[in-house]
Amino acid sequence: MKTDFRSAGLTASEYSAIRELLQREPNFAELRILGVMWSEHCSYKSTRRLLSLFPKDGEQVVQGPGENAGIVDAGDGWGIAFKVESHNHPSAVAPYQGAATGVGGIIRDILAMGARPAALMDGLCLGLKTSSRAAALADGIVKGIAGYGNAVGVPTIGGKTLYSECYNGNPLVNAMCLGTVKLDNIVSSRTALPGHLAVLIGSRTGRDGIAGAAFASSELSDDTRSSRPQVQIGDPFVEKLLIECCLEIHSKGLIVAMQDMGAAGITSSSSEIAAKSGTGIRIEADLVPLREKMEPWEIALSESQERMLLIAEPEHLDEIGSIAAKWQLECAAIGEVTDDGLFVMTSGGSTVVSLPAEMVGGGCPPVLWPSKRPSSETTLPDGGTGPLDSSVIRETLAAILRDPGISDKSAIYKQYDYMVQTGTVVPPGRSVSVFRVRQNGRLIGVTMEADPWKCSIDPFKGAAETFLKALRPLWLSGAAHLGMTNCLNYPSPENPENFWVLEESVKGLAAVAGDLSCPVVSGNVSLYNENPEGKIMPTPMVGVVGLFEKNLLPLEDQSASGREDIFLAGDLPGTLEGSLFARLTGNGVHEGRISYDPAKESSFMSRALETARGDLATCARPIAGGGLLTALSRICISSNMGLTLLLEPPEITPGLLFGEWGPRAVYLVPEGSLNGFLETWDGFPVKKIGFTGDSSLSIGDREILPVKKMQKCWRGE
Amino acid sequence: MNTSVIVFPGSNCDLDVVHAISSALGTQADLVWHDDNELPQGTELVVLPGGFSYGDYLRCGAMAAKSPIIRAVIEHAGSGLPVLGICNGFQVLTETGLLPGALLANRTLSFICDFCHVRVERNDTPFTSLYRKGQVLRIPIAHYEGMYFLPGDELAKIETANRIVFRYCSPEGEVDDSFSPNGALNCIAGITNEAGNVLGMMPHPERASESILGSVDGLPLWQSLSRWLEGRNRS
Amino acid sequence: MNYLAKILVFPREGVLDTQGKAVGKALGRIGFSSVKDVKIGKYIQVNLEAKDEKEAETAAEEMCRELLVNDLVEDHSIRIERIVL
Repeated sequence: MKTDFRSAGLTASEYSAIRELLQREPNFAELRILGVMWSEHCSYKSTRRLLSLFPKDGEQVVQGPGENAGIVDAGDGWGIAFKVESHNHPSAVAPYQGAATGVGGIIRDILAMGARPAALMDGLCLGLKTSSRAAALADGIVKGIAGYGNAVGVPTIGGKTLYSECYNGNPLVNAMCLGTVKLDNIVSSRTALPGHLAVLIGSRTGRDGIAGAAFASSELSDDTRSSRPQVQIGDPFVEKLLIECCLEIHSKGLIVAMQDMGAAGITSSSSEIAAKSGTGIRIEADLVPLREKMEPWEIALSESQERMLLIAEPEHLDEIGSIAAKWQLECAAIGEVTDDGLFVMTSGGSTVVSLPAEMVGGGCPPVLWPSKRPSSETTLPDGGTGPLDSSVIRETLAAILRDPGISDKSAIYKQYDYMVQTGTVVPPGRSVSVFRVRQNGRLIGVTMEADPWKCSIDPFKGAAETFLKALRPLWLSGAAHLGMTNCLNYPSPENPENFWVLEESVKGLAAVAGDLSCPVVSGNVSLYNENPEGKIMPTPMVGVVGLFEKNLLPLEDQSASGREDIFLAGDLPGTLEGSLFARLTGNGVHEGRISYDPAKESSFMSRALETARGDLATCARPIAGGGLLTALSRICISSNMGLTLLLEPPEITPGLLFGEWGPRAVYLVPEGSLNGFLETWDGFPVKKIGFTGDSSLSIGDREILPVKKMQKCWRGE
Repeated sequence: MNTSVIVFPGSNCDLDVVHAISSALGTQADLVWHDDNELPQGTELVVLPGGFSYGDYLRCGAMAAKSPIIRAVIEHAGSGLPVLGICNGFQVLTETGLLPGALLANRTLSFICDFCHVRVERNDTPFTSLYRKGQVLRIPIAHYEGMYFLPGDELAKIETANRIVFRYCSPEGEVDDSFSPNGALNCIAGITNEAGNVLGMMPHPERASESILGSVDGLPLWQSLSRWLEGRNRS
Repeated sequence: MNYLAKILVFPREGVLDTQGKAVGKALGRIGFSSVKDVKIGKYIQVNLEAKDEKEAETAAEEMCRELLVNDLVEDHSIRIERIVL
């Protein structure tokens, strides 16, 4: 049977590359397999060259990119495995299942490292609440994350949620998982040897999500309904059993290598193990436990959820089987590691697929899309700014606190079990989420950030600022960063201007990773995020993991108690361009200078860490979305206490009150720590700007808003 | 204190209970597989932990209640030794018939994970002797099905028999429906059997047993049990 | 012989059916003013072997009593259909 290579998702040049590599025509099944494995989603063909720009080494890095997840050293012989992954396209089509299986998939990536999944974070970019379709998608996504994460027993401890019209039909769901693993007990996917068995554990295989990876590599069509059969159904109950089962098998030392089955199922998991181990692998389709009758190529590509591929020595098969039976899971040896370098699939005694494993699991030729700097500078009208009177400040602040990106997210995160595993030390809704590693008692800080508006203005500096926005809260709380993971959410790379933006963003992230020694240890790329209504803004989602010193508790970010001095560490005015203020008011759209100053960031970092470790402040909060006044409001709202800013009229500018960008933070400093605090920040811009107390936020003797009113705005009452 | 924590497929608070008991009392608890027929020799306390046994499919706790180990748990309860069901464990206890009632979907029709307040209604049980009567505890809940239900006449009976151990309340201890997160009848958060040795509760004491987790109001529950068992062993 | 036991499980009279209430309200909101009450239950279909319809029904009843239904809060009804292959 001859298949059109295009319907398999391949380009003419890829097809000829295949014929050249094989020295023959691929058959139907082989073409389907290569179509999926050479898709953007599986092969990273458009971005591999870009991703190589990321600095990935550091003494704390135990495992960099290239495995199922990265691992950093968390002390005392324990490591943190972590990774973020997108499930954008499935969530746009079937929000509940799309988000749920996104959570399931990232948990299995962590499990594949031999780690116990310990925490989840979610980066959600949602459409506007005023669009009923977007609101329904958002609701389904949150319920999907809750339904899966809660049942599987991994706490969702934080994340990032933002809203823009550009995500109305194309929401972004970036799920991040962190796991704990003993450093001398890490599982790899590159340690298979000929003669080992390929063992499939988990659910039976059905027709779920056949060619889903190819689906995720194209734009969403007008009629998303027709894409529905491709969406997989998740079963968190089976996933929970799978976690416990694999960890039990691992604890007995029976696993040689392991790989989760996500996109392209058996094909990707087995060919990647073979390619990375420098071996071949032979899979017998007839041995795969099935839910329904299927063709061999369907078996090869099925994306049925809750399955893991283990490589094990033949003499351990019985013991593995009995552990799987205990956990009520299917377990079957479906093939064998070979020494011929081929990915072979047999069925009914004959060979249906025979391809070089390297070609399947990592052989797609890179695509070099043309790149072009967008020509037309955006010329948004700018209302201009000047000193503000208190009534304008009042209205602006109220509007900011009501903005869905700033306002209370507890309606979302209270649907997530964020406390299971009794390790959550700082819960969701704060600038840093913190969990305790049960095995060594150490505290891990985690942040997630995205700022597509800043990336739209300047993809290099915007991406750098996104990364820094994830780093600064860690430093302020007292955690030293260990490593970063990211998900690059972009529209089609085939448009040269889109590709230029992607390139610049990657360079911006790479610059920060190098300048501040925060290596990139894992990540994921999601392209083609567009639909007939438009494309998404460039949205790199950054997750950073940090470590607290032994016996150090995180410095608070939202509590005030009694009268304390308020300090602003950093430049007085921030930058309005790309700020929430500019978006809401249309003023200051071009005001301020965007800069990336690594030396200044580094100086901020060491002082912030010293402040937290020296216990020199009672509260520290980064100035981020909504600027200084928003950061202060959040402290007022949660501690139910007002404050007074001692600012003179010429200083009261939108740039000071609402500007963003750069290393800026507010500190509450008790009297006894004043000297130590000022010594620590000597040489960095720092200024006392007010004091806490009373029941309103005031500037001088003018009341801006009573705390009660701020609370109402923020809670949307 | 010899504790057996039952593990059903889908339990996910089993290790949390083991950790809480170990940090509260310095004693190890055993994990017991649902498929076993016997509890380990010398078991004093049985805990049915929270989680999603059998995925919470069909009805929460229904399939777990048919596990082989349940017969031994019922016998254990019959001998007067304590049995504690937390969250999903409470649901299992109602499904086994060891406790009356059922836990229905929250009136909010959403999963709720949050700290809440409960008032201690009885301190004459093995679980609560170290609390003051009327003491308000700040303690987490995390469930979708936590609305306690019992038909009116039977509800009146357990009220008369003083079987309510915890009720949802305000931070100041006022009991009112408006402080009940899930709509439980009579704000019921925890009840005992007639003998007082089987307790089912929706809040998670194991999540409130270390100061780093934000509350230690669950600690006295483990300490009460340990003291009660010591007293029983002496006599 | 093969039978299908088609089992409907629904909330008992007097038990607050939160889902039914919410859906009822939603129907009213989108204009179905004729809606008086909504109940939401579940449908369970069991494929079983039995020598006749009566035996199938007895078995299904027992399944309901033992596991499928909690009669404190749920009512049920069973319909037996023979599967003709």
